[in-house]
Amino acid sequence: MKAKKVLAKGIEAIAFGALEAGCKCYFGYPITPQNEIPELMARELPKRGGVFLQAESELAAINMVLGACAVGVRAMTSSSSPGISLMCEAFSYIAALELPAVVANVMRGGPGLGGIEASQGDYFQAVKGSGHGDFHFMVLAPHNAQEAYELTAKAFEFAEKYRNPVMILSDAILGQMKEPLILKKLRIKEYNKNDWALTGAKNRPSRIIRSLFLSSQELKERNLKLAKKYKKMKKDIIYENLVNDEDRVIVVAFGSMARIAKDACLNLRKKGYPVGFFRPVTLFPFPVKPIQELIKKAKNPLKFVVPELNCGQMVEDVKLAVNGEASVISLPYPPSVIPFPEELEKEIKKCLSSSSFQKA
Amino acid sequence: MPELFKFPKSLKKTLFHYCPGCHHSIVHRLLCEVIDELNIQEKSVGIASIGCSCFLYFYIDVDILEAPHGRACAAATGIKRAKPELIVFTYQGDGDFAAIGFNESFHSALRGEKITAIMINNTVYGMTGGQLSPTTLPGQKTTTTPEGRDPNFYGYPPRIAEIFAELEGVAFSGRFAVNTPKRVLETKKALKKAFLAQINNLGFGYIEILSACPVNWKLDPVSANKEVDKLTKVFPLGTFKDKVKNILNSEKKGEKP
Repeated sequence: MKAKKVLAKGIEAIAFGALEAGCKCYFGYPITPQNEIPELMARELPKRGGVFLQAESELAAINMVLGACAVGVRAMTSSSSPGISLMCEAFSYIAALELPAVVANVMRGGPGLGGIEASQGDYFQAVKGSGHGDFHFMVLAPHNAQEAYELTAKAFEFAEKYRNPVMILSDAILGQMKEPLILKKLRIKEYNKNDWALTGAKNRPSRIIRSLFLSSQELKERNLKLAKKYKKMKKDIIYENLVNDEDRVIVVAFGSMARIAKDACLNLRKKGYPVGFFRPVTLFPFPVKPIQELIKKAKNPLKFVVPELNCGQMVEDVKLAVNGEASVISLPYPPSVIPFPEELEKEIKKCLSSSSFQKA
Repeated sequence: MPELFKFPKSLKKTLFHYCPGCHHSIVHRLLCEVIDELNIQEKSVGIASIGCSCFLYFYIDVDILEAPHGRACAAATGIKRAKPELIVFTYQGDGDFAAIGFNESFHSALRGEKITAIMINNTVYGMTGGQLSPTTLPGQKTTTTPEGRDPNFYGYPPRIAEIFAELEGVAFSGRFAVNTPKRVLETKKALKKAFLAQINNLGFGYIEILSACPVNWKLDPVSANKEVDKLTKVFPLGTFKDKVKNILNSEKKGEKP
């Protein structure tokens, strides 16, 4: 059967992706600009034998997800920046309890109440600081509706594979823009949960899912176990690479900014400029090795240019990946009107002509 | 001869870590007796909260999830909605249930979640060393109200069991104590009803149990046990809502509920 093609908002694509993965529970709290996710789930989940429940707060919503995941049921929530901040305590618990939760953050402008325009201001929060203690989300950043659909479905698989929370990091513009979406059948692997889920102690000893470890040795081991898991995730790094060995400038961007940056790079290339484009899709783990490969293969001294819809966050990870082997320039676009590709082209050309190239 | 008294099947054979005179261990045992009598050990999931009883999982031999502070009823909601065939209970203190978690507790009750919430009210934060809790008595000295709780400054303690009894979603609500043998038996009966409310799909089952905290009350165990009587003046004992009764009565009469 031919897959159905629909016109869908990016956030609807997230909801469709979750349904495709067999998500059984959605718990959430309204916040702009992601309300179409709960609204779609409220219509669709009960039809499929699932549960939709609007919680009294983001705190409650994410803890309901925590509960559902603990009994081995595929569950998710979605929110936008301020709501995600409220969930951070539970994120830490979910990671510590090793539960496979899926969370979508449709970022809006911050800090504080901020605004409802597109922003990538929660990069640090998603990748490095979504709660207390040494833990990480696996973070997936789609750049169009199709990818939002496929990555959200895949998020459920990753979450179970690593028994770790996975975040879909999107934003207001990606979320609210309507695009063609092919609802293709996806093969999402389901991992066995019978050896850890709380299903009642029938024909087996009772189980405990906890994160309190008062013996220091035990806690250390828990932390090392998680650290090992984060290392293992590197096997599933995803990125898009449009870089030639002759390029002199590489533009690194994610999410909606990557859409604009890619247009700018391809336009410049058509005009003969040596400009490449690189898009991290997994923001954690960050594609460090692929970036280092680009430097190794480069025939010219390189400059990395990092445009973002924030004051410069991912640029720090690019700098860490580049590790002093090339210069790195930040192009910050704090939440406001997003730039046109032409504006970016101008900035990239400026970088090409300036003399601050560092020998690779 | 019939066996009159035995070690509950669902109570793990280990020593309690609780302080001498603390009432947690009595309630733990009652909880296990009820689980055994209702034959729900194999399908129960308990939610341990934050406080002295977070080690619930060392004693109660059922599947147990540890929830973040105050969020036990939200986590329980997630479990019950995801797998309605499970019997889900929370075990929380007054701080967890009525302060940091009041919103989650209240809204779970409002929605009539088919869960059982056990709230141990000892009027202080036990684990952190005896600070003011919402249920601290007027005039009661705690480490953060060294001159005693001043109602003009901190207001008055809430009577959760009475408040919850007013909510449509609540099927059973009552306040009990375990400082005399008679009260222990009454508490067990009520605890069973708080579970039957869930098992019969009637709604939210709430039971509040006044408990002694000798260490933080700075009393010896015997005096602390007597002190619970003083608590009953602010927190009257009794059943404030009981939809389970009708079911039990009709069962006795052999009618279909």
